[in-house]
Amino acid sequence: MNALISTALSGVVMMFVGLLVRNKQHIKFFAIAAIIIAFIANLALYPSVEHGGYILYGMIEVTKFGVIFNAVAIGATLLYFLLSGSEFEKVGVHVADYFALIFFILAGITLASSFSNLLMLFLAIEILSIPQYILAGADKKNLKSNEASLKYFLMGSFSTGILLMGITLIYGSAGSFNISELGLGADPIHPLALCGIILLVFALSFKVSAVPFHFWTPDVYDGSPTVFTSFMSTVVKAGGFIAFLRLFHVSFTGGNISEHWTLILSIITAATLILGNLSAVFQQSVKRMLAYSSIAQAGFMLFAVISLNNLGAQGIVLYAAAYSIATIGIFAVLMKLKDYTFEGFNGLARKEPLLAFTVAVCLFSLAGIPVTAGFFAKYFVLSAAIQHGQLLWLVIVAVLCAAVSVYYYFRVIMAMYFKQGDPEVVPVSGGFKAGLILTILLVLALGLAPNFLLCWL
Amino acid sequence: MLTVLLILIPLIAGLITFGLKGSGPKVLSMISSLATVVLAIGAWCRFRTAPDSLNVVANWIPQLGSQFRVGLDGMGVMLCLLTAIASLLVFITINGRSFEKPGSFYGLMLLAQAGLTGVFTAFDALQFYIFWELALIPVYFLCSIWGNEKRIAVTFKFFVYTFLGSLLMMVGIIYLYFQTPDHSFSWASFSALQLSQDQQSWLFWLFFVAFAIKMPIFPFHTWQPDTYEQSPTPVTMILSGVMVKMGLFGLLRWLLPVLPHGVMVWSDVAIVLCIIGIIYGSCIAMVQSDLKRLIAYSSIAHIGLMAAAVFANNEQSLQGALIQMFNHGINIIGLWIIVEVIEQRLGIRNMAQLGGMARKAPRMAIFFVIISMANIGLPLTNGFIGEFLMFSGLFQYNHWMMAFAGLGIILSAVYTLGMIQKVIFGQENELTTTTTDLKAGEMLALSLIVIMIFVLGVYPQPMLELVSNTTEVVNKLF
Repeated sequence: MNALISTALSGVVMMFVGLLVRNKQHIKFFAIAAIIIAFIANLALYPSVEHGGYILYGMIEVTKFGVIFNAVAIGATLLYFLLSGSEFEKVGVHVADYFALIFFILAGITLASSFSNLLMLFLAIEILSIPQYILAGADKKNLKSNEASLKYFLMGSFSTGILLMGITLIYGSAGSFNISELGLGADPIHPLALCGIILLVFALSFKVSAVPFHFWTPDVYDGSPTVFTSFMSTVVKAGGFIAFLRLFHVSFTGGNISEHWTLILSIITAATLILGNLSAVFQQSVKRMLAYSSIAQAGFMLFAVISLNNLGAQGIVLYAAAYSIATIGIFAVLMKLKDYTFEGFNGLARKEPLLAFTVAVCLFSLAGIPVTAGFFAKYFVLSAAIQHGQLLWLVIVAVLCAAVSVYYYFRVIMAMYFKQGDPEVVPVSGGFKAGLILTILLVLALGLAPNFLLCWL
Repeated sequence: MLTVLLILIPLIAGLITFGLKGSGPKVLSMISSLATVVLAIGAWCRFRTAPDSLNVVANWIPQLGSQFRVGLDGMGVMLCLLTAIASLLVFITINGRSFEKPGSFYGLMLLAQAGLTGVFTAFDALQFYIFWELALIPVYFLCSIWGNEKRIAVTFKFFVYTFLGSLLMMVGIIYLYFQTPDHSFSWASFSALQLSQDQQSWLFWLFFVAFAIKMPIFPFHTWQPDTYEQSPTPVTMILSGVMVKMGLFGLLRWLLPVLPHGVMVWSDVAIVLCIIGIIYGSCIAMVQSDLKRLIAYSSIAHIGLMAAAVFANNEQSLQGALIQMFNHGINIIGLWIIVEVIEQRLGIRNMAQLGGMARKAPRMAIFFVIISMANIGLPLTNGFIGEFLMFSGLFQYNHWMMAFAGLGIILSAVYTLGMIQKVIFGQENELTTTTTDLKAGEMLALSLIVIMIFVLGVYPQPMLELVSNTTEVVNKLF
């Protein structure tokens, strides 16, 4: 609740800051200050929900889980501002507006983690989507950016339509918008409800770019200004997942209703894992590879939704943190390079050891090598699926795909450490380096002691 | 505490070494490896008097039921000792050589040592898995940065292979974790599990593939000859001397105690694969002209025999396999040191271009012959007792299998003697006349190896006593 208010307010304030403050450095500092305030405000709520949450006006439920997830999302955004905040001014002149839009997206995410009403779900998804359409097209003179924006907007509108349709059908069968009172578990299952659930699966799969609803992802992520791709593919995606998890775990689990959608969702998961990983193998540009890698990682996060247990819920918080930190770190370094292809990384270790080391640690984390955060993230989602009992085939598919993922992640490491080259790197500041060291420490800390995050849940 | 120090010393020394320049890395890694050898011997003494004092348990991730749980049994002590001795031998041998970026090279070597020791001491499945992977990363970088020209593709293949294997093992570990009544990863809870025959027989493969890739057992061996050939020789020593023992260790520590029925169901299949590996590896070794590839294939044959003995799973075969793990480690490191000597002097490894080295380098020739004999398993060398025990164990298991595995001995004599003949005897040529004899460091390392060969060959009793309690633990479960 605090997070929602503080992020929404910060968004409005940032727009005024844009009017009053000319210096772009100062705008960035304002944004960082605002996000730190939001972070603290959010955590201030923790003691009151530690032993059980409460519902506000039948619309928003404040829970411990939601507060921790918000903390992860806001914390990741803070890291993103620290590392990439100064890249905003290279996109265009309206720096403060970009920050404002990001705050609005965050407001959407905080809503997505705490809705208790289907209308709020719809609002959450819309609030976190619409600013993204603008950000995708922020580089107005670049045709690819325009294309990305338009594509994203069109596809996003369709999926919103499907989402609304699904909500309507659910309402038609249950007679309520309140997610904990839908009571869809009773036998026999209402056909309208079933259609509604399937439409919701499709709409949310679109938002988290699961196969076969992923076709927008590579183009949008590739076309958008890199600095915004970094945010869209990490924190926003985690926001989509939290909505997915919350809706399906609260509403659609009672009785035998979950059997109907878990099968569809497990097929979607398998397709996401296989297609995401195999397509990433053939990419020539690291930015595009990361777009496909985000699809592949979404496959792992879907495990948390299907397995319907507590481990999965813990896993998704950890996964969101691990994946966001690692990807933000890689994008931050990527933006300092002139050439986004794999060859552009050749010899980076010799020229900029710290930059290369950060990328290596982040890639290890994405690949799920122990002692990095990604290992425990993968560990949790896989255990959630194994605990579920019926999903062992999916786990084996996931494991084989994880081995494929090593191929494209390690291509970057091979380029940086084992190949000769002279990459063109923009000079980096001391602050940026400090941010990178912070990233490395976070990845290793979560990898050595995931407790550090999980003890709050 | 001793056990933790065995991991911590190389770990910390390794991290410091990254920042050192000049001769700093050399000195520090030498000190660290000497300290670990002393500690490992200390652990052996402590193991004879108060074995429980070697176990350490500390909280790590209580939510998961995973603890930091390290300990040493006979097998653990032996393998930690092997790891420590191997590192010391490597550092002594390469003392005269200079590497590009020495800080990183020595640092990674020490980190690999820490990872390996971690694997051999872990009594918690999750921790075992983590060390298992950690040991791989430094080796991957070592091979890819300092290896020969085809190194990048080759080591990458190696990495993907082993990573896939370990992921399958992780699935198995998680599955077993949910079966334990107290939701714990500890070795004790795992080995107390009573799983049904069906569960055990498919779980077997998840673990077996991971270990089989690491050893390697036919048909999972394809990464091995290329990787051995392309790696810098010091790294090959660690790889073949110690790292492949991780697979055998995994069989003995985790597979046999945790899934005894799975092993019973599949042991015939596994032994047949091992025997194919023995014959196949030996046959290919006979026609190799590259020294490194020859030793690599011979290693497949030797490891195949040890794995077969483990699956035969009776007291003699297990004891044989255990002490052979140590002895094979020592012998093969000796052979690699010889290869390193030749490669550093002449820059080639092709046996067709070698010959007559005995005349110019008589000391090297003597060491080469002794180590080769130990590798074949001549009586009075350390290789004999292990092979003898393994064959008699296999004989009890199945006569025919022993007969086919026994072909390995004959074939191994053929390619090893062939190698000796081509390298040190015969006509000298323009190149080999330029060679020089051993330097002090190489001399020292090889002398240590030869001393161990003879001591353990004549009096293997202490080593057998050391591992006897491990075989009891494994045997009791059947």
